[in-house]
Amino acid sequence: MSDGPASQDPALLRRLLRAKDRMDAASHEAWPVRRLARVSGVSEAHFARSFKQAFGVPPHRYLLTRRIERATALLRDTDQPITEIAFQTGWESLGTFGRTFRDITGESPGAIRERARGAAQELGRVPACIVSAAHRPDLTTAVSEKRRQVADGINGSEQKEIR
Amino acid sequence: MNQGIEVVGLYVRDQDEALAFYVEKLGFKVHTDVRNGDYRWLTVQHPEQPSFQLGLFVPGPPVLDAATAQTLRAAVAKGAMPPLVMVVDDCRAACDQMRERGVEFTQEPVDRYGTVDAGFRDPSGNGWKLIQARRPH
Repeated sequence: MSDGPASQDPALLRRLLRAKDRMDAASHEAWPVRRLARVSGVSEAHFARSFKQAFGVPPHRYLLTRRIERATALLRDTDQPITEIAFQTGWESLGTFGRTFRDITGESPGAIRERARGAAQELGRVPACIVSAAHRPDLTTAVSEKRRQVADGINGSEQKEIR
Repeated sequence: MNQGIEVVGLYVRDQDEALAFYVEKLGFKVHTDVRNGDYRWLTVQHPEQPSFQLGLFVPGPPVLDAATAQTLRAAVAKGAMPPLVMVVDDCRAACDQMRERGVEFTQEPVDRYGTVDAGFRDPSGNGWKLIQARRPH
């Protein structure tokens, strides 16, 4: 089988999309590969590989972007404490949330809250659900890789994600 | 209205399946269903919007070559086509009715400052938002 993006069977892609939709609908829940594979009706090994080929990121990393997106929306749209937002969006500790949030967005949750509120006014005419998707963080490198880049002060080197 | 948009097309994986979905599950009506060899021009209408037709087209010959058609089928199945938005009076009631008919919801109704929206997909993978506008005061 070729690895070209158009080589996957559309029927398989539609079932993979169902797993992606389920993560979108409940990103605060735990989504082990076994659960996702069951939604798509494929084996676990086949699922992880096919998902990455279809959507460009491994399923776990996709889930992180959705959690950060939701947390960002809650920071922007509510007055809930950051601790509350961390638990609501699926993190088990505030420390992990803050660290992952900074690794992905480059800013702390508090700073994002301030900045997003300032910029929110202009988007009033776009449906809120679509605004949220447009703010989805573009997590093209693994979180561990981002950390490494910051630590080493270098950019652009390729490294396989472990998960 | 003499000028304006009359037809906007969607790519679907199977026109019979799409027709059944849009007519039986969403309550649309068939506007045109004409065949010419392998080609089928199929459009449906929202029952309250007679000036607009939604085309349900399969990417393929004779309009497109096989490789291009495959790319488009993959894009549709991945949910990569642009969002579609339908306005309803009562989002929760519309969801309940559609769910009873077997529509696959991707997002439960959510309140956002007076508007309510939900999300669903057609069998091909096209994503719809169902939006209940803020009630005028």
